[in-house]
Amino acid sequence: MEREAVDAATLRRWLNVYATRLSEQADYLTQLDAAIGDGDHGINMDRGFRAVRERILDPGDEAPLDGLLKGVGMVLLSTVGGAAGPLYGTFFLRMAAQAGARDRLPAPELAAALAAGVEGVRQRGRAEPGDKTMLDALLPGVETLERTLAEGRGLAPALEEAAAAAEEGCRATIPMIARKGRASYLGGRSAGHQDPGATSSAYLLRALAVAVSGS
Amino acid sequence: MKKLINAVDDVVAEALEGMQAAHPDLVEVHLNPNYVVRRGAPIEGKVAVISGGGSGHEPMHTGYVGLGMLSGACPGAIFTSPTPDQIYECTRQVDGGRGVVYVVKNYTGDVMNFELAAELARADGVEVESVLINDDVAVQDSLYTAGRRGVGATVLAERLAGARAEEGGSLGEVAAVVRKVNDNARSMGMALTPCTVPAAGRPTFELGDDEMEIGIGIHGEPGRERMKLEPADRVVDRLIEPVLQDLPFRRGDRVLAFVNGMGGTPLIELYVVTRRVAQVLEERGLRLERTLVGSYITSLEMAGCSITLLRLDDELVRLWDAPVHTPALRWGV
Repeated sequence: MEREAVDAATLRRWLNVYATRLSEQADYLTQLDAAIGDGDHGINMDRGFRAVRERILDPGDEAPLDGLLKGVGMVLLSTVGGAAGPLYGTFFLRMAAQAGARDRLPAPELAAALAAGVEGVRQRGRAEPGDKTMLDALLPGVETLERTLAEGRGLAPALEEAAAAAEEGCRATIPMIARKGRASYLGGRSAGHQDPGATSSAYLLRALAVAVSGS
Repeated sequence: MKKLINAVDDVVAEALEGMQAAHPDLVEVHLNPNYVVRRGAPIEGKVAVISGGGSGHEPMHTGYVGLGMLSGACPGAIFTSPTPDQIYECTRQVDGGRGVVYVVKNYTGDVMNFELAAELARADGVEVESVLINDDVAVQDSLYTAGRRGVGATVLAERLAGARAEEGGSLGEVAAVVRKVNDNARSMGMALTPCTVPAAGRPTFELGDDEMEIGIGIHGEPGRERMKLEPADRVVDRLIEPVLQDLPFRRGDRVLAFVNGMGGTPLIELYVVTRRVAQVLEERGLRLERTLVGSYITSLEMAGCSITLLRLDDELVRLWDAPVHTPALRWGV
Protein backbone atom coordinates (compact mmCIF):
# COMPACT_ATOMS: atom_id res chain seq x y z
CA MET A 1 0.00 0.00 0.00
CA GLU A 2 2.80 2.40 0.86
CA ARG A 3 4.16 2.05 -2.65
CA GLU A 4 0.99 3.68 -4.02
CA ALA A 5 1.53 7.39 -4.32
CA VAL A 6 0.70 10.38 -6.50
CA ASP A 7 3.34 12.68 -7.93
CA ALA A 8 3.29 16.10 -9.59
CA ALA A 9 2.48 14.57 -12.97
CA THR A 10 -0.62 12.87 -11.51
CA LEU A 11 -1.75 16.07 -9.79
CA ARG A 12 -1.32 17.98 -13.03
CA ARG A 13 -3.34 15.33 -14.86
CA TRP A 14 -6.02 15.70 -12.15
CA LEU A 15 -6.18 19.47 -12.65
CA ASN A 16 -6.26 19.07 -16.43
CA VAL A 17 -9.06 16.50 -16.34
CA TYR A 18 -10.98 18.75 -13.95
CA ALA A 19 -10.43 21.86 -16.09
CA THR A 20 -11.71 20.01 -19.16
CA ARG A 21 -14.78 18.76 -17.30
CA LEU A 22 -15.52 22.30 -16.04
CA SER A 23 -15.26 23.66 -19.58
CA GLU A 24 -17.62 21.00 -20.89
CA GLN A 25 -20.07 21.46 -18.04
CA ALA A 26 -19.81 25.26 -17.65
CA ASP A 27 -23.26 25.86 -19.12
CA TYR A 28 -24.80 23.10 -17.01
CA LEU A 29 -23.24 24.46 -13.80
CA THR A 30 -24.42 27.94 -14.68
CA GLN A 31 -27.94 26.62 -15.28
CA LEU A 32 -27.92 24.91 -11.89
CA ASP A 33 -26.74 28.17 -10.33
CA ALA A 34 -29.33 30.26 -12.19
CA ALA A 35 -32.05 28.15 -10.57
CA ILE A 36 -31.02 28.87 -6.98
CA GLY A 37 -28.16 31.38 -7.08
CA ASP A 38 -26.93 34.09 -9.40
CA GLY A 39 -26.07 32.01 -12.43
CA ASP A 40 -22.31 32.41 -12.64
CA HIS A 41 -20.81 29.28 -11.09
CA GLY A 42 -19.90 27.57 -14.37
CA ILE A 43 -18.51 30.77 -15.88
CA ASN A 44 -16.41 31.51 -12.79
CA MET A 45 -15.01 28.00 -12.33
CA ASP A 46 -14.19 27.70 -16.02
CA ARG A 47 -12.39 31.06 -15.93
CA GLY A 48 -10.42 29.99 -12.83
CA PHE A 49 -9.30 26.62 -14.13
CA ARG A 50 -8.40 28.00 -17.54
CA ALA A 51 -6.03 30.27 -15.60
CA VAL A 52 -4.79 27.31 -13.56
CA ARG A 53 -4.06 25.43 -16.76
CA GLU A 54 -2.12 28.32 -18.23
CA ARG A 55 -0.06 29.26 -15.21
CA ILE A 56 0.49 26.04 -13.29
CA LEU A 57 0.34 23.17 -15.71
CA ASP A 58 3.58 23.94 -17.49
CA PRO A 59 5.15 20.47 -17.68
CA GLY A 60 8.54 22.03 -17.00
CA ASP A 61 7.34 23.17 -13.58
CA GLU A 62 9.07 20.82 -11.15
CA ALA A 63 7.99 22.49 -7.92
CA PRO A 64 7.42 20.17 -4.97
CA LEU A 65 3.78 19.24 -4.49
CA ASP A 66 3.01 21.95 -1.96
CA GLY A 67 4.29 24.61 -4.35
CA LEU A 68 2.11 23.25 -7.13
CA LEU A 69 -1.00 23.08 -4.92
CA LYS A 70 -0.39 26.50 -3.36
CA GLY A 71 0.01 27.99 -6.82
CA VAL A 72 -3.35 26.53 -7.82
CA GLY A 73 -4.96 27.98 -4.68
CA MET A 74 -3.56 31.47 -5.31
CA VAL A 75 -4.66 31.46 -8.96
CA LEU A 76 -8.17 30.45 -7.92
CA LEU A 77 -8.32 33.15 -5.23
CA SER A 78 -7.41 35.80 -7.77
CA THR A 79 -9.46 34.63 -10.77
CA VAL A 80 -12.67 32.92 -9.67
CA GLY A 81 -14.36 35.52 -7.47
CA GLY A 82 -17.75 34.91 -5.88
CA ALA A 83 -17.86 32.46 -3.01
CA ALA A 84 -16.29 29.67 -5.05
CA GLY A 85 -12.95 31.52 -5.34
CA PRO A 86 -12.22 31.71 -1.60
CA LEU A 87 -13.65 28.22 -1.04
CA TYR A 88 -11.76 26.35 -3.78
CA GLY A 89 -8.71 28.56 -3.16
CA THR A 90 -8.74 27.66 0.52
CA PHE A 91 -9.19 23.97 -0.40
CA PHE A 92 -5.94 23.91 -2.40
CA LEU A 93 -4.00 26.12 0.06
CA ARG A 94 -4.88 23.82 2.97
CA MET A 95 -4.11 20.79 0.86
CA ALA A 96 -0.69 22.29 0.11
CA ALA A 97 0.02 22.96 3.79
CA GLN A 98 -0.87 19.38 4.68
CA ALA A 99 1.07 17.87 1.76
CA GLY A 100 4.30 19.67 2.58
CA ALA A 101 7.38 19.92 0.38
CA ARG A 102 7.41 16.37 -0.98
CA ASP A 103 7.65 15.04 -4.48
CA ARG A 104 5.30 12.11 -3.89
CA LEU A 105 2.23 11.73 -1.70
CA PRO A 106 1.55 8.17 -0.49
CA ALA A 107 -2.13 7.25 -0.53
CA PRO A 108 -2.85 7.94 3.18
CA GLU A 109 -1.13 11.32 2.96
CA LEU A 110 -3.12 12.16 -0.16
CA ALA A 111 -6.29 11.37 1.78
CA ALA A 112 -5.07 13.51 4.69
CA ALA A 113 -4.30 16.42 2.36
CA LEU A 114 -7.76 16.18 0.78
CA ALA A 115 -9.32 16.03 4.26
CA ALA A 116 -7.40 19.18 5.28
CA GLY A 117 -8.71 20.91 2.17
CA VAL A 118 -12.28 19.94 3.01
CA GLU A 119 -11.84 21.17 6.59
CA GLY A 120 -10.65 24.49 5.14
CA VAL A 121 -13.81 24.74 3.05
CA ARG A 122 -15.92 24.03 6.12
CA GLN A 123 -14.17 26.75 8.13
CA ARG A 124 -14.14 29.39 5.38
CA GLY A 125 -17.80 28.87 4.51
CA ARG A 126 -18.97 28.21 8.08
CA ALA A 127 -21.15 25.47 6.61
CA GLU A 128 -22.17 22.11 8.00
CA PRO A 129 -23.24 18.92 6.24
CA GLY A 130 -26.84 19.22 5.07
CA ASP A 131 -26.62 22.95 4.33
CA LYS A 132 -26.74 22.20 0.55
CA THR A 133 -23.17 23.21 -0.23
CA MET A 134 -19.88 21.85 -1.62
CA LEU A 135 -19.39 20.03 1.69
CA ASP A 136 -22.27 17.67 0.94
CA ALA A 137 -20.20 16.17 -1.88
CA LEU A 138 -16.69 16.65 -0.46
CA LEU A 139 -17.26 15.21 3.02
CA PRO A 140 -18.76 11.85 2.00
CA GLY A 141 -16.16 11.62 -0.75
CA VAL A 142 -13.16 12.11 1.53
CA GLU A 143 -14.63 10.02 4.35
CA THR A 144 -15.18 7.17 1.89
CA LEU A 145 -11.60 7.51 0.63
CA GLU A 146 -10.16 7.33 4.15
CA ARG A 147 -12.35 4.38 5.13
CA THR A 148 -11.71 2.44 1.95
CA LEU A 149 -7.95 2.92 2.20
CA ALA A 150 -8.08 1.85 5.86
CA GLU A 151 -9.83 -1.34 4.73
CA GLY A 152 -6.77 -2.10 2.66
CA ARG A 153 -8.11 -1.30 -0.82
CA GLY A 154 -5.81 0.14 -3.45
CA LEU A 155 -5.74 3.85 -4.23
CA ALA A 156 -7.48 3.63 -7.63
CA PRO A 157 -10.51 1.62 -6.41
CA ALA A 158 -10.66 3.72 -3.24
CA LEU A 159 -10.81 6.91 -5.32
CA GLU A 160 -13.45 5.30 -7.53
CA GLU A 161 -15.60 4.70 -4.45
CA ALA A 162 -14.85 8.19 -3.14
CA ALA A 163 -15.95 9.77 -6.42
CA ALA A 164 -19.15 7.70 -6.40
CA ALA A 165 -19.85 8.78 -2.81
CA ALA A 166 -19.31 12.43 -3.74
CA GLU A 167 -21.69 12.05 -6.69
CA GLU A 168 -24.28 10.44 -4.43
CA GLY A 169 -23.77 13.27 -1.91
CA CYS A 170 -24.24 15.76 -4.70
CA ARG A 171 -27.53 14.16 -5.79
CA ALA A 172 -28.62 14.14 -2.15
CA THR A 173 -28.54 17.97 -2.18
CA ILE A 174 -31.59 18.01 -4.50
CA PRO A 175 -34.26 17.83 -1.75
CA MET A 176 -32.22 19.89 0.75
CA ILE A 177 -33.18 23.43 1.76
CA ALA A 178 -30.15 25.70 1.39
CA ARG A 179 -28.83 27.31 4.56
CA LYS A 180 -25.73 29.02 3.18
CA GLY A 181 -24.95 31.24 0.24
CA ARG A 182 -27.34 32.97 -2.07
CA ALA A 183 -29.56 29.90 -2.42
CA SER A 184 -30.52 30.22 1.24
CA TYR A 185 -32.55 33.33 0.38
CA LEU A 186 -35.00 31.07 -1.42
CA GLY A 187 -35.83 29.04 1.67
CA GLY A 188 -38.12 26.17 0.69
CA ARG A 189 -37.94 27.19 -2.98
CA SER A 190 -34.32 25.92 -3.02
CA ALA A 191 -35.54 22.33 -2.59
CA GLY A 192 -35.79 20.34 -5.82
CA HIS A 193 -32.56 21.76 -7.27
CA GLN A 194 -29.12 20.17 -7.22
CA ASP A 195 -26.50 22.42 -5.60
CA PRO A 196 -24.03 23.78 -8.18
CA GLY A 197 -21.13 23.87 -5.66
CA ALA A 198 -21.72 20.25 -4.67
CA THR A 199 -21.80 19.41 -8.38
CA SER A 200 -18.43 21.01 -9.17
CA SER A 201 -17.03 19.36 -6.01
CA ALA A 202 -18.18 15.94 -7.17
CA TYR A 203 -16.43 16.60 -10.50
CA LEU A 204 -13.24 17.38 -8.55
CA LEU A 205 -13.10 13.95 -6.90
CA ARG A 206 -14.19 12.20 -10.11
CA ALA A 207 -11.34 13.92 -11.94
CA LEU A 208 -8.87 12.66 -9.34
CA ALA A 209 -10.16 9.09 -9.75
CA VAL A 210 -9.80 9.40 -13.52
CA ALA A 211 -6.28 10.87 -13.25
CA VAL A 212 -5.04 8.14 -10.88
CA SER A 213 -6.65 5.19 -12.69
CA GLY A 214 -5.08 6.43 -15.89
CA SER A 215 -1.58 6.44 -14.42
CA MET B 1 -28.47 39.44 -26.45
CA LYS B 2 -28.16 43.00 -27.71
CA LYS B 3 -25.44 44.93 -25.93
CA LEU B 4 -22.99 47.72 -26.71
CA ILE B 5 -19.91 45.64 -26.06
CA ASN B 6 -16.91 44.45 -28.00
CA ALA B 7 -16.17 41.11 -26.39
CA VAL B 8 -17.80 39.48 -23.41
CA ASP B 9 -14.49 38.97 -21.59
CA ASP B 10 -13.42 42.60 -22.01
CA VAL B 11 -16.48 44.46 -20.72
CA VAL B 12 -15.24 45.25 -17.21
CA ALA B 13 -11.71 46.30 -18.20
CA GLU B 14 -12.88 48.39 -21.16
CA ALA B 15 -15.48 50.15 -19.02
CA LEU B 16 -12.74 50.97 -16.51
CA GLU B 17 -10.58 52.39 -19.30
CA GLY B 18 -13.53 54.50 -20.40
CA MET B 19 -14.03 55.69 -16.88
CA GLN B 20 -10.40 56.80 -16.74
CA ALA B 21 -10.89 58.70 -20.00
CA ALA B 22 -14.02 60.38 -18.64
CA HIS B 23 -12.76 61.33 -15.19
CA PRO B 24 -8.97 61.78 -15.16
CA ASP B 25 -9.39 64.64 -12.67
CA LEU B 26 -11.17 62.43 -10.12
CA VAL B 27 -9.93 58.85 -10.29
CA GLU B 28 -6.99 56.62 -11.12
CA VAL B 29 -7.85 53.28 -12.66
CA HIS B 30 -5.57 50.27 -12.16
CA LEU B 31 -5.89 47.12 -14.23
CA ASN B 32 -4.71 43.61 -13.29
CA PRO B 33 -5.73 43.55 -10.57
CA ASN B 34 -8.65 45.92 -11.20
CA TYR B 35 -9.34 48.74 -8.78
CA VAL B 36 -10.09 52.46 -8.84
CA VAL B 37 -8.66 54.95 -6.36
CA ARG B 38 -9.23 58.60 -5.74
CA ARG B 39 -6.75 60.78 -7.60
CA GLY B 40 -3.84 61.60 -5.32
CA ALA B 41 -4.38 58.59 -3.06
CA PRO B 42 -3.33 57.92 -0.40
CA ILE B 43 -4.62 60.99 1.44
CA GLU B 44 -2.19 61.17 4.36
CA GLY B 45 -3.69 61.47 7.81
CA LYS B 46 -7.21 60.48 6.77
CA VAL B 47 -9.06 57.22 7.16
CA ALA B 48 -9.71 55.53 3.84
CA VAL B 49 -13.04 53.96 2.84
CA ILE B 50 -13.13 51.10 0.36
CA SER B 51 -16.01 49.22 -1.10
CA GLY B 52 -16.39 46.75 -3.90
CA GLY B 53 -18.58 44.13 -5.39
CA GLY B 54 -19.60 42.63 -8.67
CA SER B 55 -19.67 44.89 -11.70
CA GLY B 56 -23.02 45.56 -13.36
CA HIS B 57 -24.34 47.84 -10.60
CA GLU B 58 -22.84 51.06 -11.98
CA PRO B 59 -22.40 53.74 -10.86
CA MET B 60 -21.86 51.69 -7.67
CA HIS B 61 -19.04 51.39 -6.58
CA THR B 62 -16.44 52.91 -8.94
CA GLY B 63 -18.63 55.96 -9.63
CA TYR B 64 -18.46 56.88 -5.96
CA VAL B 65 -14.69 57.26 -5.74
CA GLY B 66 -13.64 60.79 -4.94
CA LEU B 67 -13.87 63.61 -2.41
CA GLY B 68 -16.30 62.94 0.42
CA MET B 69 -17.10 59.37 -0.57
CA LEU B 70 -14.92 56.34 -1.40
CA SER B 71 -11.12 56.29 -1.38
CA GLY B 72 -11.12 53.17 -3.53
CA ALA B 73 -13.44 50.69 -5.22
CA CYS B 74 -12.84 47.12 -6.33
CA PRO B 75 -15.02 45.94 -9.22
CA GLY B 76 -15.35 42.19 -9.71
CA ALA B 77 -16.54 40.42 -12.81
CA ILE B 78 -20.19 41.16 -13.58
CA PHE B 79 -22.32 40.12 -10.59
CA THR B 80 -19.28 38.39 -9.06
CA SER B 81 -17.46 39.64 -6.00
CA PRO B 82 -13.95 41.04 -6.37
CA THR B 83 -11.00 38.85 -5.43
CA PRO B 84 -8.73 39.26 -2.37
CA ASP B 85 -5.72 40.38 -4.41
CA GLN B 86 -7.70 43.32 -5.88
CA ILE B 87 -8.95 44.43 -2.48
CA TYR B 88 -5.53 43.98 -0.87
CA GLU B 89 -3.73 46.04 -3.55
CA CYS B 90 -6.40 48.74 -3.35
CA THR B 91 -6.05 48.81 0.44
CA ARG B 92 -2.30 49.35 0.18
CA GLN B 93 -2.82 52.17 -2.34
CA VAL B 94 -5.32 54.15 -0.26
CA ASP B 95 -4.10 53.64 3.31
CA GLY B 96 -3.10 57.08 4.56
CA GLY B 97 -1.78 55.72 7.86
CA ARG B 98 -5.02 55.91 9.85
CA GLY B 99 -6.61 52.71 8.71
CA VAL B 100 -9.12 51.52 6.15
CA VAL B 101 -12.85 50.86 6.50
CA TYR B 102 -14.38 48.20 4.26
CA VAL B 103 -18.06 48.66 3.36
CA VAL B 104 -19.15 45.13 2.45
CA LYS B 105 -22.54 44.09 1.13
CA ASN B 106 -23.76 40.92 2.81
CA TYR B 107 -23.29 38.32 0.10
CA THR B 108 -21.40 35.13 0.84
CA GLY B 109 -18.74 35.76 -1.81
CA ASP B 110 -18.18 39.41 -0.92
CA VAL B 111 -17.89 38.59 2.77
CA MET B 112 -15.30 35.84 2.19
CA ASN B 113 -13.19 37.80 -0.29
CA PHE B 114 -13.08 40.93 1.88
CA GLU B 115 -12.28 38.72 4.89
CA LEU B 116 -9.29 37.21 3.07
CA ALA B 117 -8.12 40.68 1.92
CA ALA B 118 -8.39 42.03 5.48
CA GLU B 119 -6.22 39.13 6.70
CA LEU B 120 -3.57 39.98 4.08
CA ALA B 121 -3.65 43.73 4.83
CA ARG B 122 -3.49 43.24 8.60
CA ALA B 123 -0.45 41.03 8.10
CA ASP B 124 1.18 44.14 6.56
CA GLY B 125 0.24 46.22 9.60
CA VAL B 126 -2.68 48.08 8.00
CA GLU B 127 -5.60 48.60 10.36
CA VAL B 128 -8.79 47.38 8.72
CA GLU B 129 -12.33 47.55 10.01
CA SER B 130 -14.97 45.78 7.98
CA VAL B 131 -18.68 46.61 8.28
CA LEU B 132 -21.48 44.62 6.65
CA ILE B 133 -24.51 46.19 4.98
CA ASN B 134 -27.70 44.09 5.14
CA ASP B 135 -30.69 46.35 4.63
CA ASP B 136 -32.92 44.32 2.27
CA VAL B 137 -36.15 43.53 4.10
CA ALA B 138 -37.32 41.24 1.27
CA VAL B 139 -35.06 38.54 2.68
CA GLN B 140 -35.77 36.77 5.91
CA ASP B 141 -32.89 37.12 8.36
CA SER B 142 -32.44 33.93 10.29
CA LEU B 143 -29.88 31.38 11.35
CA TYR B 144 -30.96 29.36 8.36
CA THR B 145 -30.07 31.86 5.65
CA ALA B 146 -26.93 33.79 4.73
CA GLY B 147 -28.76 36.80 6.21
CA ARG B 148 -30.21 39.87 4.60
CA ARG B 149 -28.67 41.22 1.41
CA GLY B 150 -26.93 44.56 1.18
CA VAL B 151 -28.65 46.90 -1.28
CA GLY B 152 -29.55 50.62 -1.34
CA ALA B 153 -28.15 51.50 2.07
CA THR B 154 -24.70 50.74 0.66
CA VAL B 155 -24.74 53.94 -1.43
CA LEU B 156 -25.84 56.01 1.57
CA ALA B 157 -23.23 54.40 3.85
CA GLU B 158 -20.45 55.05 1.33
CA ARG B 159 -21.44 58.69 1.04
CA LEU B 160 -21.88 59.32 4.77
CA ALA B 161 -18.80 57.39 5.92
CA GLY B 162 -16.75 59.11 3.22
CA ALA B 163 -17.90 62.49 4.55
CA ARG B 164 -16.94 61.48 8.09
CA ALA B 165 -13.48 60.42 6.89
CA GLU B 166 -13.11 63.72 5.02
CA GLU B 167 -13.84 65.57 8.30
CA GLY B 168 -10.91 63.73 9.88
CA GLY B 169 -12.85 61.07 11.78
CA SER B 170 -10.95 58.15 13.30
CA LEU B 171 -11.16 54.58 12.01
CA GLY B 172 -13.68 53.77 14.75
CA GLU B 173 -15.74 56.90 14.06
CA VAL B 174 -15.92 56.28 10.31
CA ALA B 175 -16.85 52.62 10.84
CA ALA B 176 -19.48 53.75 13.36
CA VAL B 177 -21.15 55.88 10.67
CA VAL B 178 -21.43 52.82 8.41
CA ARG B 179 -23.00 50.88 11.28
CA LYS B 180 -25.38 53.72 12.08
CA VAL B 181 -26.55 53.86 8.46
CA ASN B 182 -27.02 50.11 8.34
CA ASP B 183 -28.92 50.13 11.63
CA ASN B 184 -31.25 52.93 10.50
CA ALA B 185 -31.87 52.09 6.84
CA ARG B 186 -34.16 49.53 5.23
CA SER B 187 -34.80 48.77 1.56
CA MET B 188 -36.92 46.75 -0.81
CA GLY B 189 -36.87 46.46 -4.60
CA MET B 190 -38.94 45.17 -7.48
CA ALA B 191 -38.33 44.19 -11.09
CA LEU B 192 -40.40 44.66 -14.25
CA THR B 193 -37.90 42.86 -16.49
CA PRO B 194 -34.88 40.61 -15.93
CA CYS B 195 -31.34 41.44 -17.06
CA THR B 196 -28.72 39.55 -19.05
CA VAL B 197 -25.16 38.98 -17.81
CA PRO B 198 -23.01 39.23 -20.97
CA ALA B 199 -21.07 36.03 -20.24
CA ALA B 200 -24.30 34.10 -19.69
CA GLY B 201 -25.96 35.50 -22.82
CA ARG B 202 -29.52 34.97 -21.60
CA PRO B 203 -31.71 36.57 -18.94
CA THR B 204 -31.03 35.62 -15.31
CA PHE B 205 -34.73 34.78 -14.85
CA GLU B 206 -38.00 34.80 -16.78
CA LEU B 207 -40.77 37.29 -16.16
CA GLY B 208 -43.98 37.43 -18.19
CA ASP B 209 -45.02 40.61 -20.02
CA ASP B 210 -47.75 41.23 -17.44
CA GLU B 211 -45.73 40.17 -14.36
CA MET B 212 -43.45 41.78 -11.80
CA GLU B 213 -41.22 40.38 -9.05
CA ILE B 214 -41.56 42.03 -5.64
CA GLY B 215 -38.49 41.87 -3.40
CA ILE B 216 -36.01 41.29 -6.21
CA GLY B 217 -32.29 41.24 -5.38
CA ILE B 218 -29.75 43.32 -7.28
CA HIS B 219 -28.48 40.25 -9.13
CA GLY B 220 -31.94 39.16 -10.20
CA GLU B 221 -32.32 36.85 -7.22
CA PRO B 222 -35.97 35.97 -6.72
CA GLY B 223 -37.83 38.01 -4.14
CA ARG B 224 -40.91 37.56 -2.01
CA GLU B 225 -43.48 36.97 -4.71
CA ARG B 226 -44.23 37.19 -8.39
CA MET B 227 -47.52 38.84 -9.30
CA LYS B 228 -49.51 40.63 -11.97
CA LEU B 229 -48.38 44.12 -12.81
CA GLU B 230 -50.09 46.92 -10.86
CA PRO B 231 -50.18 50.74 -10.99
CA ALA B 232 -47.08 52.50 -9.61
CA ASP B 233 -48.81 53.76 -6.44
CA ARG B 234 -49.84 50.24 -5.50
CA VAL B 235 -46.31 48.94 -6.18
CA VAL B 236 -44.86 51.66 -3.94
CA ASP B 237 -47.26 50.65 -1.17
CA ARG B 238 -46.11 47.04 -1.49
CA LEU B 239 -42.45 48.06 -1.20
CA ILE B 240 -42.66 50.78 1.42
CA GLU B 241 -44.90 49.02 3.94
CA PRO B 242 -42.37 46.29 4.86
CA VAL B 243 -39.62 48.94 4.93
CA LEU B 244 -41.59 51.12 7.37
CA GLN B 245 -42.62 48.17 9.55
CA ASP B 246 -39.21 46.58 9.84
CA LEU B 247 -37.17 49.30 11.56
CA PRO B 248 -39.82 50.45 12.51
CA PHE B 249 -40.07 54.07 11.42
CA ARG B 250 -42.22 56.13 13.82
CA ARG B 251 -44.27 59.31 13.59
CA GLY B 252 -41.97 62.32 13.72
CA ASP B 253 -38.87 60.49 12.42
CA ARG B 254 -36.66 62.47 10.06
CA VAL B 255 -36.14 60.53 6.84
CA LEU B 256 -33.96 60.39 3.77
CA ALA B 257 -35.82 58.68 0.91
CA PHE B 258 -33.69 57.05 -1.78
CA VAL B 259 -35.72 56.08 -4.85
CA ASN B 260 -33.43 54.03 -7.04
CA GLY B 261 -33.75 52.86 -10.63
CA MET B 262 -32.55 49.34 -11.45
CA GLY B 263 -30.94 50.43 -14.71
CA GLY B 264 -33.72 50.18 -17.28
CA THR B 265 -36.31 52.47 -15.74
CA PRO B 266 -36.48 56.11 -16.85
CA LEU B 267 -36.29 58.99 -14.41
CA ILE B 268 -39.85 60.06 -15.22
CA GLU B 269 -41.11 56.79 -13.72
CA LEU B 270 -38.85 57.19 -10.68
CA TYR B 271 -40.47 60.56 -10.05
CA VAL B 272 -43.92 58.95 -10.27
CA VAL B 273 -42.67 56.55 -7.59
CA THR B 274 -41.17 59.37 -5.51
CA ARG B 275 -44.51 61.21 -5.56
CA ARG B 276 -46.22 58.28 -3.86
CA VAL B 277 -43.31 57.77 -1.43
CA ALA B 278 -43.67 61.39 -0.29
CA GLN B 279 -47.46 60.93 0.09
CA VAL B 280 -47.05 57.82 2.23
CA LEU B 281 -44.42 59.44 4.43
CA GLU B 282 -46.68 62.45 4.98
CA GLU B 283 -49.67 60.20 5.79
CA ARG B 284 -47.55 58.45 8.42
CA GLY B 285 -46.29 61.67 9.97
CA LEU B 286 -42.68 61.17 8.86
CA ARG B 287 -40.54 64.17 7.91
CA LEU B 288 -38.98 63.82 4.46
CA GLU B 289 -35.80 65.88 4.89
CA ARG B 290 -33.51 64.63 2.11
CA THR B 291 -34.01 62.66 -1.11
CA LEU B 292 -31.88 60.86 -3.66
CA VAL B 293 -33.67 59.93 -6.89
CA GLY B 294 -31.96 58.21 -9.82
CA SER B 295 -30.25 55.02 -10.93
CA TYR B 296 -27.47 54.64 -8.37
CA ILE B 297 -27.35 50.90 -7.62
CA THR B 298 -28.40 49.07 -10.74
CA SER B 299 -28.67 45.58 -12.16
CA LEU B 300 -27.48 46.06 -15.72
CA GLU B 301 -30.56 46.82 -17.89
CA MET B 302 -33.15 45.50 -15.44
CA ALA B 303 -36.28 47.65 -15.26
CA GLY B 304 -37.68 48.30 -11.83
CA CYS B 305 -36.91 50.27 -8.72
CA SER B 306 -36.00 50.04 -5.07
CA ILE B 307 -36.95 52.22 -2.14
CA THR B 308 -34.55 52.85 0.75
CA LEU B 309 -35.52 54.86 3.80
CA LEU B 310 -32.86 56.10 6.22
CA ARG B 311 -33.73 57.58 9.61
CA LEU B 312 -31.71 60.77 9.98
CA ASP B 313 -30.19 62.59 12.91
CA ASP B 314 -28.20 65.81 13.03
CA GLU B 315 -24.90 64.04 12.33
CA LEU B 316 -26.21 62.22 9.26
CA VAL B 317 -27.81 65.39 7.83
CA ARG B 318 -24.54 67.29 8.33
CA LEU B 319 -22.56 64.52 6.61
CA TRP B 320 -25.08 64.20 3.76
CA ASP B 321 -24.85 67.92 2.99
CA ALA B 322 -21.04 68.04 3.11
CA PRO B 323 -19.22 68.43 -0.22
CA VAL B 324 -18.98 65.37 -2.45
CA HIS B 325 -17.21 65.18 -5.81
CA THR B 326 -17.24 61.83 -7.57
CA PRO B 327 -18.10 60.72 -11.11
CA ALA B 328 -21.68 59.91 -10.07
CA LEU B 329 -22.50 62.19 -7.12
CA ARG B 330 -21.53 65.81 -6.86
CA TRP B 331 -22.67 68.71 -4.74
CA GLY B 332 -21.24 71.41 -2.50
CA VAL B 333 -18.13 71.87 -4.65
